[in-house]
Amino acid sequence: MNLNQFIEHFADLFDETDHDLIKADTCFKDLEEWSSLLALSVIAMIDEEYDVEFKGDDIRGSNTVEALFNIVKSRVG
Amino acid sequence: MASIHFNGVGIKALCACVPRDVVYNKDLGYLIPEEEIEKVISNIGIIERRIAPDDVTASDLCYKAALQLMAENDIDPESIDLLLFMSQTQDYRIPATSCVLQNRLGLPKTTMCFDISLGCSGYLYALSTAFAYASLPGINRVLLLDGETFSKIVNRRDKVDWPLYGDAGTATLVEKGDYGPSSFLLNTDGSGENTLKIHAGMRNSITPQSCVEREQEDGNIRNDLEVFMDGMDVFNFAISKVPRCVKQLLADAEKTVDDVDYLVFHQANRFMMDFFVKKLKINPERVPYCIGKYGNTSSSSVPLTISSELVGKLDGTKNVVLSAFGAGLSWGAALLQMHDCKVSPVIEY
Repeated sequence: MNLNQFIEHFADLFDETDHDLIKADTCFKDLEEWSSLLALSVIAMIDEEYDVEFKGDDIRGSNTVEALFNIVKSRVG
Repeated sequence: MASIHFNGVGIKALCACVPRDVVYNKDLGYLIPEEEIEKVISNIGIIERRIAPDDVTASDLCYKAALQLMAENDIDPESIDLLLFMSQTQDYRIPATSCVLQNRLGLPKTTMCFDISLGCSGYLYALSTAFAYASLPGINRVLLLDGETFSKIVNRRDKVDWPLYGDAGTATLVEKGDYGPSSFLLNTDGSGENTLKIHAGMRNSITPQSCVEREQEDGNIRNDLEVFMDGMDVFNFAISKVPRCVKQLLADAEKTVDDVDYLVFHQANRFMMDFFVKKLKINPERVPYCIGKYGNTSSSSVPLTISSELVGKLDGTKNVVLSAFGAGLSWGAALLQMHDCKVSPVIEY
C-alpha cells in the first residue's frame, strides 16, 4: 500500500482545501475544512479503498495524514 | 444465530403520525457556524424535523396513528389480541405504556400488552415479535405501536445529536392471512454499549447532579439524562455491519438486490444511507428516503418512511427489505413478501 495514493484519496475528500496543502506530515485537524462530517468521509474512504475498519479513536489519536496511513497499513489483510 | 422465518403472517396496514411543529435546521446558527450550516444540511440530508410539544408523548403520537389505522381499515378493537409498544421514551417508568394504550384505545381486557425497549433497530425486533405471536394459535391480530420523542432526551446544545433527531409515532397491524414467506436476521454486539448511551439509570443513580448540564466532548452540552452518541463509532459500526447483514439476508433467501422492490433503511442520516446504497449496488429509486422532512426518528423511522413514501406502492405482492441499526449495539434486517399492504399517509398530531 502506497502513502502517496493514500494522501490522494484523503485529499479528494476535501472540496475547498488546496490539495497541495495536504501532505504526509499535515496536521489534518488544523485544516479549516476539517469537521466531524469529514471524519465520517475518512472512515468511509478507508472502508471502500482498503476494506479496513477505522474507529473514532483511530482518528482522535492521530494528528498527521501519515499517522492515519500507518494505522490502515497495519490492518490491511 | 437469530435467523427467523415465518409463513402465513404479514402486515395488513400501517400508519404514522408526526407532531405539527416544524423545526428547521437552517435555524441552527446558535449551534453551528452559519457558513457551515448549508454543508451540514446537505451531508445529513435533514432540512426540517417535527418536534413534539412538552405535553405530547410518543404514546400520544402512536395513539393517533392507531385510531387512524383502525378507522381507515375498519378494524374492530375487540379483534386485537396483542398490543406491543416499542419505545425508549415511554410515558412512565411504571407501568408499561402498552397497558395505558390498551385502555385509551378501548381494546378488550383480554388483550395481551407489553412494552419493548430498544434503540433504532427496535422496529425490526418488535416486528419479529409481532410476527412470532401472530404465528401462534390463539393470536390472530397484533397491533404494534412504535414511537419515539428523542427531542425530550437530546440537549438542544448538543451539535452531534440535536440536528438529527425528530419525533414520530407509528401503528402497524400484523395478522394471520394469505402471506408468503418472510425472514429476519437479528444481531447484537454489547461491547459497543458506550457508543450510544444515556448514562443515568439504575447503574448510575439519578441524583440532582444528573440534571445539571455540563460541557462535554467538543463543547457539546448535556446532562446525564440526555443521549450521548459517538458519531464516528456509530458510522464505523454501521458501514461494517449493515450492508453485510442485508447481503446475508438476501443470500439466505436465494435472492439478490435486483429482486427487491423496496429497501427501507433506518433513516440515520443521508450520508450514511447513500453509502449503503452504493455499497449494496441497489437502484437508488428503490430506496425511499423521508429523512429530509422528518430527520432521524429512531426506531419509528422505518415505518414512518413506509407511510411517507410508499402509499399505494405496496399493492399486489412486493419484496420489501427493512434494515435498521442502533444503540446496543444492535442491528438487523428483514425480508418481507408484502401483499396488498394498506399504507395510510402520514397524519399530524
